Amino acid sequence: MTQTFKFGFIGLVLFYVYSPIFVLMVNSVNGSRYGNKWQGFTFKWYEKLFENDALMQAAWHSLVVGITSATAATVIGTLAAVALQRYRFYGKGAVSSLVFVSMLTPDIVMAIALLILFVTLGIELGYISLLIAHITFCLPFVIISVFSRLKGLDMSVTEAARDLGANEWQVFSKIILPMILPAVASGWLLSFTLSIDDVIVSAFVTGPGYEILPLKVYSMVRVGVSPEVNAISTLLFVGSVVLIVISQLLLRYKRK
Amino acid sequence: MTEYQPLLQLSGVSKTFADNTVLDALDLTIYDGEFLTLLGPSGCGKTTVLRIIAGFEQEDCGSVMLDQQNLAVLKAELRPVNTVFQSYALFPHMTVYENIAFGLKMHKVAKADIKTRVDEALRMVRLDSFAQRKPHQLSGGQQQRVAIARAVVNRPRLLLLDESLSALDYKLRQEMQIELKRLQRQLNITFVYVTHDQEEALSMSDRIVVLNKGKVQQIGTPREIYENPANLFVARFIGEINQFDGHVVRRIDEQHVEVVAEGADWVVKTDHPFVADDKVHVLLRPEDIRLTKSELVLDSVHVEGHIYECSYKGKTLDSYIRLASGTKVIASEFFDEDDPDFDYRLEQKVALQWTTGWEVVLPYEYAN
Repeated sequence: MTQTFKFGFIGLVLFYVYSPIFVLMVNSVNGSRYGNKWQGFTFKWYEKLFENDALMQAAWHSLVVGITSATAATVIGTLAAVALQRYRFYGKGAVSSLVFVSMLTPDIVMAIALLILFVTLGIELGYISLLIAHITFCLPFVIISVFSRLKGLDMSVTEAARDLGANEWQVFSKIILPMILPAVASGWLLSFTLSIDDVIVSAFVTGPGYEILPLKVYSMVRVGVSPEVNAISTLLFVGSVVLIVISQLLLRYKRK
Repeated sequence: MTEYQPLLQLSGVSKTFADNTVLDALDLTIYDGEFLTLLGPSGCGKTTVLRIIAGFEQEDCGSVMLDQQNLAVLKAELRPVNTVFQSYALFPHMTVYENIAFGLKMHKVAKADIKTRVDEALRMVRLDSFAQRKPHQLSGGQQQRVAIARAVVNRPRLLLLDESLSALDYKLRQEMQIELKRLQRQLNITFVYVTHDQEEALSMSDRIVVLNKGKVQQIGTPREIYENPANLFVARFIGEINQFDGHVVRRIDEQHVEVVAEGADWVVKTDHPFVADDKVHVLLRPEDIRLTKSELVLDSVHVEGHIYECSYKGKTLDSYIRLASGTKVIASEFFDEDDPDFDYRLEQKVALQWTTGWEVVLPYEYAN
């Protein structure tokens, strides 16, 4: 009895969360243009998607921004996390709390702040401004992910490495980096997902010359939900799920 | 014993962590080729000495000289010193082979030489067949041996071992003690071993340095430390000891004084220039005390008491005796299989005897 109730309840929660996405996915393969009734299975919306040059261009931009910003955020964030873990310096406590604060800052605040910054500095809105903005909001996630991994490691290995003759750089590249690699990879994937999905910050800091996928979709929806939008959304959803699952698996991967 | 040359010299080394003085003007000379143990309770500064020698801590003042070279200017990675860490600190992402080869690679030893030396080190710790395993696939004792091999393969002038056996279980620890001594003889490298385990210190060391509160209490061979402790701390820390407080009545000759303690006159042997009325501690090891059924003792120096607890230890029988003054004494006797009466009843009255000269007499210390 309690078993039935438990599973029933969990089922309801999942239904509540996933039914809209399920409807979207079903409609992306529905022959009907308006999606009010089932008119047979089709992949034609996906085909139309790939013929839409403007959309493909936006997708390519998103990919470029995603890869470059995730990579930059991962490099900077990893070094920052190692510094926070390894060195004693003035204001270290404040730095680590500020990392958390920036993670919790509402997107809209960050978006406006970045926009004001770019305008003040005279940075043209486009790829560069997007890149800087995406690195900014991805950074704390990388730092947290790498830092928590570092905290779980026995740091006497770094002393052992120095004892055996490794200099500071060799300690990092040959000992610390291989040990935290799963967390670094996970941080990269998380950053990439955040970058690909972002609408709010990107809407403020990109210019008309550089369109990215989520914003393109958003503008398409303004003239009505087309089946292509269903298709592209489905692809975005599946892609994000895959990346997040991989990043979680990496985090759980214990050192062997 | 062969003549040893001084290898490492610490002079006036002090270290303070946030108002807590860990080392207080420590002087210590370590000789080439010896097995030296730093022994003391936790917090006595023994690990700090090791970390200063290794270069992980910087001394506040004083100097550390290795072969006439001041170590202060050398970073940890450049010192000809290697450490075996308490937690082993093996690199989890490398195989046993890679772990051992790490130091040689860092020192840019030629590839072919690395292979020869790592193989040799593996053979030495009897892990030849484990070269391709990862550390987590090894038992504690095997990891321990990898940690030792990883350090000695670099042929350091000095090998530092930080409580390296404390994580092992009793039996393995005993085996590793013998193994370590064998390695030390074979390699002829100076070992500096840190431990709080006095049994380990006694069985392995050429010399023991007893530390307490950042100060050297006594330096000597295990035998000197055990048989002639320099003060109450050393006496109590190394092994079990019974303590009787008394005072000197008169000097008998060059080497003997008469002491009154526990309501009896004792003749004790001492080199210390005690004079009449000096307060003293007379110390006796449990195994130096012989118990006799009270009624059989006719003369000679002895103290009487009642047995309040007996504990069978296998090799020995430990008896706990309460003297008339309330002082509690432990006596540890080997079984005499030929003596059918060798057993005591609780509350039985017994006489304590010992051979004059086996006791240790120390000047009275206030702080006890």
